[in-house]
Amino acid sequence: MKLYPRQRHRVLQVVTKLVIPFVLLFGLYVQFHGDYGPGGGFQAGVIFASAFILHGLIFGLKRTRDVLSPTVLRFMMASGVLLYAGTGLVTMLFGGELLNYSVLAHEPTHGQHWGIFAVELGVGITVTGVMITLFYGFASKR
Amino acid sequence: MSQLIGLYSYWIVIVLMMAGLYIMIARYNLVKKIIGLSLFQTSIFYLYITMSKVDGGTAPILVDDADYVYSNPLPHVLILTAIVVGVATSAVALALIVRIYESFGTIEEDELKSIEAAEPDA
Amino acid sequence: MIDQFPALQIMVPLVAAPICVMIRNPRWSWVCAMVASTLAFLISIILLQQVMANGVIRYAVGGWAAPSGIEYYIDAMNAAVLVLVSGISAVVLVYAYRSVAKSVPAEKHYLFYTAWLMCVCGLLGIVITGDAFNVFVFLEISSLSMYTLISFGQDRRALTASFRYLVLGSVGASFILIGIGFLYAATGTLNMTDLAARIPDSESQRAVLVAFSFLTMGVLIKSAVFPLHAWLPNAYTFAPVAVTAFLAGTATKVSLYVLLRFFFSVFGKDYSFGQHLLNGVLLPAAVAGFVLMSLVAIFQNDLRRMLAYSSVAQVGYIVAGFSLATQSGLTAGIVHVVNHGMVKASLFMAVGCILYRVGHVHTPSLDNLMKRMPFTCVAFIISGMGLIGVPLTVGFVSKFTLIEASLEKGWWAIAALVLLSSLMAIVYVGRVIEIMVFRRSRETGPESSGMCEAPLSMLVPLYVLVGVSLYFGINGSATLEVAGRAASFLLGGLQ
Repeated sequence: MKLYPRQRHRVLQVVTKLVIPFVLLFGLYVQFHGDYGPGGGFQAGVIFASAFILHGLIFGLKRTRDVLSPTVLRFMMASGVLLYAGTGLVTMLFGGELLNYSVLAHEPTHGQHWGIFAVELGVGITVTGVMITLFYGFASKR
Repeated sequence: MSQLIGLYSYWIVIVLMMAGLYIMIARYNLVKKIIGLSLFQTSIFYLYITMSKVDGGTAPILVDDADYVYSNPLPHVLILTAIVVGVATSAVALALIVRIYESFGTIEEDELKSIEAAEPDA
Repeated sequence: MIDQFPALQIMVPLVAAPICVMIRNPRWSWVCAMVASTLAFLISIILLQQVMANGVIRYAVGGWAAPSGIEYYIDAMNAAVLVLVSGISAVVLVYAYRSVAKSVPAEKHYLFYTAWLMCVCGLLGIVITGDAFNVFVFLEISSLSMYTLISFGQDRRALTASFRYLVLGSVGASFILIGIGFLYAATGTLNMTDLAARIPDSESQRAVLVAFSFLTMGVLIKSAVFPLHAWLPNAYTFAPVAVTAFLAGTATKVSLYVLLRFFFSVFGKDYSFGQHLLNGVLLPAAVAGFVLMSLVAIFQNDLRRMLAYSSVAQVGYIVAGFSLATQSGLTAGIVHVVNHGMVKASLFMAVGCILYRVGHVHTPSLDNLMKRMPFTCVAFIISGMGLIGVPLTVGFVSKFTLIEASLEKGWWAIAALVLLSSLMAIVYVGRVIEIMVFRRSRETGPESSGMCEAPLSMLVPLYVLVGVSLYFGINGSATLEVAGRAASFLLGGLQ
């Protein structure tokens, strides 16, 4: 795999630039539509990360690193888990059991929406971070 | 005969599982061992999905129809978790293989064994 | 507040782990891990007190009541194991600071402590949960972080040891997954209490049998029972010694807890031991384990490897106690889980002190160590006595109970073999003590004279653990009471 290609892959580069926004958008759709239809944090995270991985494959690892530095990824991985766990702690503060979303709002269904939303967002952020970190880790080896 | 054809899904599970185990035991290359392990785990996912299938059932999405036949969603959820675990296992294993290659210069089990045997204890 | 403690037990290390990643500073991530471990330990003690006073605690995660929801289920058995795991984690973590600072590069420390916290979280999760699939998930969390922890070892063979453990451990975990799948297919539930109620009436007893076999094999691999122990010696030898001390005290013990939970609570004693399924396999494996592995331990020149083989032998004692399947046999097994956890952790900590100062643990070259590291050597000798089972140590309490239990069942041969294997323990521990204390060094170079004791931050936790194990050795009835309660819980089934 050539991670630092020269100018010759023009077509690939142009197509990639066109595709990446749609991949990101689809990732967001899968993320935020997850509580109504098929989808959720895991899938969305992987789709979202795949956009960056594609960018890395075509434009080279260095340029992707400029967009998303490993430090940012480290915080993404940690904050996703914290968001998940924090939701659990908040439900406990509100007097419910761990991850009992019903207590989050005045009405149980409403609270469950909020809870699932926060938890899935946490999962999505972490999965994105982990997937891109894995890619960086393996791709930077010779 | 009906046992053979009617339960074809389970036969696939058995074949995949045995193939995975065989690769893990018979291949010396560490990457191939991990491929075997992934195959083995995949066969288990397939086993769960097979047992959740209801004849004529479709995706388990809530609708206002009392006669709506749907597959059991619980094993799907369990396997979603197990798939993530499997991915994590492969990632850790591959990372280890990279580091083994960097420090030993080989990822062949038999060569590794002879290198290790030559190193002193303690 | 207090009714949230079962959830907090898991959440505290789980929240602390990502905070460690964010902090990144070696010292502060250690502080973070230390605070979380101490909190988890305090929570587990309160839970144990509650269980001993009021009986079983149940906690429905997410507010979904069992059997449809995931339930945390705590009785005397797992409350005791929770205290063991979080206690050893807290004590060894104090010790780990200096030990890890020397053997792991500083920029990786925060990852080390993160992996440590995830491992604690996974182990506590396995113990606390009352849901069969949840056991698998937590098992993989703890295993994956364990592989990472082992690969932090200085020797490059730590990597291959970790890889072999990963392959075998994943196969074991996959077997457990298959077993749980078949149980679900046969009964339609994953809650342990519900499983226990539905298994006897299940229409597909063959699926239950298959589930039983797969679960047994999987758990036996994870707990390193004799013929399936191949991953353990190298993993214990080459891991950072703080990790070894932690794993030796907790990891195999937690797997043994899973074994107990499935054999006695889920399948029930009559199913597990009534059909001559297990009797022909488990007891011979356990007995062969403690005799052969003690024998192998005698011939090891690396102190860590010797203790690793001795660990496999001790697992043999524990499983032998379980496979008697009587009140006193189970009590002996459970007591030995706790006692051996403490003894082996303190032994490995002493070995770590030697490694810190001397730089190697090649037994024949440790001559005259008593002069140079008296405190470490005394701690090693006291814990070594515990391993042998000298009266007034914890080893005596558990071995005496085990022998009593086998005599009660009329199995004289087992009692005799336990004594034989204890004699071998005298040989392998005694050999080390003889070299340390009595053998004079042949060449008295300048480096081999003068005191060079390990730092206080390593000695204090070591002596805390030695002190606790001495206390429980002299006051054996304290642990025996908890273990007896746990055994009767297990034999009585889930309430």
